[in-house]
Amino acid sequence: MGWQSTAAIIIVFAPLLGAIISGFLAVTMDEKTDTSKRGGRDHIGMMITTGLLFTSAILSIAIFTSQWQGAHLDQVQVLARWLDIGSLQAFWAIRLDAISIVMLVVVTSVSSLVHLYSWGYMADERDRARFFSYLSLFTFAMLMLVTANDFIQLFFGWEGVGLASYLLIGYYYRKPSANSASIKAFVTNRVGDVGLALGIMTVFLTFGTVEFFQRPEINGVAQPLGVFDLIRENAMLTPLVSSFGEAGHAQDLSLSIFGLTAPALEIIGVLLFIGAMGKSAQLLLHVWLPDAMEGPTPVSALIHAATMVTAGVVLVCRASSVYEYTTFAANMITIVGATTALFAATVGLAQNDIKRVIAYSTCSQLGYMFFAAGVGAYSAAMFHLFTHAFFKAMLFLTAGAVIHGMHHEQDMRNMGGLRKKMPVAWLMMLIGTLAITGVGIPGTSLGFAGFFSKDAILEEAFLSGDLFSKYAFWCGITAAILTSFYSWRLMFMTFEGKTRADSHTYDHAHDAPNVMRIPLYLLAIGAVFAGVVFYSTFIKQLGTPNQEFWGNAIYSASADHAAADIEGASAGHGEPVEHGVVDTHSSEAHEQAGTSVGHGNEHPEEGGHEDAHGHHPPGWVLWAPFSAWVFGLALAVIFYLLAPSIPRGIGQRSGPMHSLLYNKWYFDEIYNFFIVRTVKGLGDLFWKVGDGKLIDGLGPDGLTSLTKAGAGRLSKLHTGYLYHYAFVILIAAVAFGAVAVFGQTGGK
Amino acid sequence: MESFPILSMITFLPLVGAAIILLTRMAVGAQTESDDKARGTIRMAALVITSATFLLSLWALSEFDPSSGATFQLVEEYTWFARDYAQAVNAVESINFKFGVDGMSILLVVLTTFLMPLCILASWKSITHRLADYMIAFLVLETLMLGVFCSLDLVLFYIFFEGGLIPMFIIIGIWGGKNRLYASFKFFLYTLLGSLFLLAALIYIYSTVGTTDIEVLQQHVFAENVQIWLWLAFFASFAVKLPMWPVHTWLPDAHVEAPTAGSVILAGVLLKMGGYGMLRFSLPMFPDASHLFQPLVFALSVIAVVYASLVAFRQTDMKKLIAYSSVAHMGLVTLGIFAFNEQGVQGAIYQMLSHGLISGALFLCVGVIYDREHTRDIAYYGGLVHRMPLYAALFLFFTMANVGLPGTSGFVGEITSMVGGFLAAPWAAAGAALGMIFSAVYMLHLYRETVFGEITNEKLFDIKDVDAREAGILIVLAVATLLFGILPSLIFDLSQGTTQNVLDIMNLKLTAQ
Repeated sequence: MGWQSTAAIIIVFAPLLGAIISGFLAVTMDEKTDTSKRGGRDHIGMMITTGLLFTSAILSIAIFTSQWQGAHLDQVQVLARWLDIGSLQAFWAIRLDAISIVMLVVVTSVSSLVHLYSWGYMADERDRARFFSYLSLFTFAMLMLVTANDFIQLFFGWEGVGLASYLLIGYYYRKPSANSASIKAFVTNRVGDVGLALGIMTVFLTFGTVEFFQRPEINGVAQPLGVFDLIRENAMLTPLVSSFGEAGHAQDLSLSIFGLTAPALEIIGVLLFIGAMGKSAQLLLHVWLPDAMEGPTPVSALIHAATMVTAGVVLVCRASSVYEYTTFAANMITIVGATTALFAATVGLAQNDIKRVIAYSTCSQLGYMFFAAGVGAYSAAMFHLFTHAFFKAMLFLTAGAVIHGMHHEQDMRNMGGLRKKMPVAWLMMLIGTLAITGVGIPGTSLGFAGFFSKDAILEEAFLSGDLFSKYAFWCGITAAILTSFYSWRLMFMTFEGKTRADSHTYDHAHDAPNVMRIPLYLLAIGAVFAGVVFYSTFIKQLGTPNQEFWGNAIYSASADHAAADIEGASAGHGEPVEHGVVDTHSSEAHEQAGTSVGHGNEHPEEGGHEDAHGHHPPGWVLWAPFSAWVFGLALAVIFYLLAPSIPRGIGQRSGPMHSLLYNKWYFDEIYNFFIVRTVKGLGDLFWKVGDGKLIDGLGPDGLTSLTKAGAGRLSKLHTGYLYHYAFVILIAAVAFGAVAVFGQTGGK
Repeated sequence: MESFPILSMITFLPLVGAAIILLTRMAVGAQTESDDKARGTIRMAALVITSATFLLSLWALSEFDPSSGATFQLVEEYTWFARDYAQAVNAVESINFKFGVDGMSILLVVLTTFLMPLCILASWKSITHRLADYMIAFLVLETLMLGVFCSLDLVLFYIFFEGGLIPMFIIIGIWGGKNRLYASFKFFLYTLLGSLFLLAALIYIYSTVGTTDIEVLQQHVFAENVQIWLWLAFFASFAVKLPMWPVHTWLPDAHVEAPTAGSVILAGVLLKMGGYGMLRFSLPMFPDASHLFQPLVFALSVIAVVYASLVAFRQTDMKKLIAYSSVAHMGLVTLGIFAFNEQGVQGAIYQMLSHGLISGALFLCVGVIYDREHTRDIAYYGGLVHRMPLYAALFLFFTMANVGLPGTSGFVGEITSMVGGFLAAPWAAAGAALGMIFSAVYMLHLYRETVFGEITNEKLFDIKDVDAREAGILIVLAVATLLFGILPSLIFDLSQGTTQNVLDIMNLKLTAQ
């Protein structure tokens, strides 16, 4: 353990320290605190939190650089014992490996820039200390999530970011809509969390541990293997409770729970993914994300675009060992991800609130990440997560700059023609749009960040080859057209044409101050270069994770088997193996791996035979996203630059298709009708009828009135009812006692 | 060391304090009712006594050896009365005054003594009517509660267990709200109903086994059909105390009418006696019956969680909402206990302690604004954050703790008892896990309606934030909630022995047959 261990502790706990200090400052102030005092305390809070965040960010970048240069970090630092009940053990620990390092750099860099940006964006707010405290608290929780070495600490971070999200969405707590949105976010997430919690329990039942990987030995005593170790070794396991299943090898152990018998890994995979669906706003559990836009825009950038919502993707990639041996669960991820990518993009077409468009775009991009993970391209998923964090944070912050400059106007129908007023925002939004729509020239290294990561996902999906991957591929291509359309629509509606803003707002519209611009510039660098610089680090070769960089963090069953085969071959025949290093340099290993990415492929060695697609996708696949981009752009140009009457007409006619999209496929209405009303109705029923009429009516109240009527005269002698009951009880006790004693002696 | 009766000291110190207050009151006479100085003295006396009890219990804790947490320690035994006639079944024919604690009961003792000074402090200003009587009632109640956890004799246990009913009945009946008479009788009726069965079972056990020594009884093997009846009798009593659905309806009424400190003790300690009794008696003494009734208890637990949570969501009275939430959280306790595995039982014990802190704190939070506005109507409030930022922060903390946010003790109790339940019956754990969603629904609803939004009620314009006393009480509880949430081993290491012991006895008896 080198300097990185110490650095990691500082990275994780510096934001917590900031949150605590700033939080204490915040609770010392109420509405009546005078403005100068308030401003002073706010400033202290802002400086401390931002300073500590930048410290974290710099250290994270240092760790990331060392990993990039080949430090091969793969370590666990145990800080304290948390849960320790039998074999249920969980520790406060910091795990450093490629996944957590990538996330450290994403979280701290975006978070520190968002902190800085908020100096400008939140300048007019009354209690900024509270805001910055929440931001830092969020960062801490997110860092705990990504550095966890067991499911319980992951759950801690998972719920912690949920709390911070709740607090930040509801930051404007005077607004009823903000309060509703914050509760909706928390509760919807909790629905997913039930899945996650049950998943963790199933993990425990199956493996007898909830830790990811083995901890370092203590005093020379080796610690138990983690879940993922056990899966990779295909260890012999017995479920903790034998009635749920026979002993078996980890990769194909079966469990009988919830009335069905299924492979344990499938059950675990599905349950964990339900958790991921909640946090990452996938279809059916996505309804909270658009509403979360009630929070201040920097929050949307940090939490609801760049970091928290990607936690589900992190979880799935973290659990790659599980999903590598599942069919159903992996296919479920592919289908849900692909469908969400397409669905959210359709809704994005018809939204007029600038933030909501970007929110649906986030939802859609997360779908891409999921189906990438679903087809086994974890490194592509992580790569898209990485690039997306930069350009999406930037899009949001630029939208924030526009909103800020327009006096909190968010409706794009009241914008237009802002390019001249806000050249910086225009340029930044342009870069962001080029990045998210994935502009680049296929076959070359020229392109924006999204070009590399999104195309990698689509190509992986194509190469993967089974039916579900094909579905994902086509959903992805269609969504790419829509992405291009709605992104350019946003550009054009906001910045081009004649303004639709009222003259006062338009005249006073202005670009953001420097403190807001600098974060934008820095993120723009990421949005432009993150793809080209890191493509070879994250992906290198399609079809298999770059072991050089990812090490143990991402697992590929096929690569593992290929390696084992080659090792076996070399051991068996004693022949020198041509492809000495298996993971990245051996072309044969690649071919095998590339074609057998399909999950649940129990015979990866067969993969080598079906090399119909070869290792590289055909040319049209490379050009498909590019064509999608052109097509979407062309449509947007026609609709919003050349003939704006067309979309206006559609909007006014408000046909069924438009209404469906405009109303987000009526999910809220359906949920409200079926679920919210049922819960309220049941609550009332249980309360008034269950407790009131049945239990109390037949129980104490009924008894009381009965005895009252029956013994009315008797009780006149007394002042209260206490004696009455005591009397009854005494008689009963004597009777019971007599029966007990005499019954017994009589029996003997 | 053995010669020093530390547990008796702890248990009876409050009673001595009550006697002193009573004597002073008689000596000084009616003055105590009007004289501010006299009132101050009474309050201070009660605070000193309860604090001293707490310190004594910490001493006992330090004397306690957690490495052998399974065995009863600090044992004191005096012959109380002996039975002596021809039909003696067993040589051990006496009822003894026997005290002792194991890992589980020492924790509950400390919880009780810890909450008491906070309760006295919480009543500092809100109680002026018959103050001396009030303090006497609380001190007597403390003695009786501590006696329950320290007793190692079934008769002794029963006396304390039922005795606790009387001061609580009086506290609700005299210092309660408008509907106090109805509530106190409902409380009394329900709990006594359960007690009757317990008494009958007790008499039966004494007459057949010939002893009421708990340690001996735990080793005694009852015939299976006898177990069933005895289990039911014990269960009737404990289920009412916990309370379990459907014998829970006394709790919301009792809470609503009780003064704040009464609610704290009710939720914090009295409810725990049910879970304590199940672990102390039902499981080790009637293992076959416990196994037989496991599905029933699981079903009742899941119903409690779902049903009470849904009802909580629809409440308009803050205290009722929290009371129903208590019912739901106690569902997890029974789920954990009847999982019959280490995680479940440990989780249940932990959940009892954690719930004692969190629900106590929530009732105190309600008490803070009740003292100011004299209403618990949720609709009356709104926008408190604008005037009471510190209160809002503390209330938020306990709201989240009640929701079971990791990092607070609420999470540890919830997840461990659910894991235990899952290993025993996944469907039950899945049902109980729904409580994770519902608890968020009703708690966030409560918080939003009272704390967030604009202040619309002009009576709230001048409401004051928590003062040092109120903040102090809540912060102490918050620190404890956080500490045990982050380092739960502080509790698990103590309760480990008891858990193992209970499970060992069960398994031994089950395999022996």
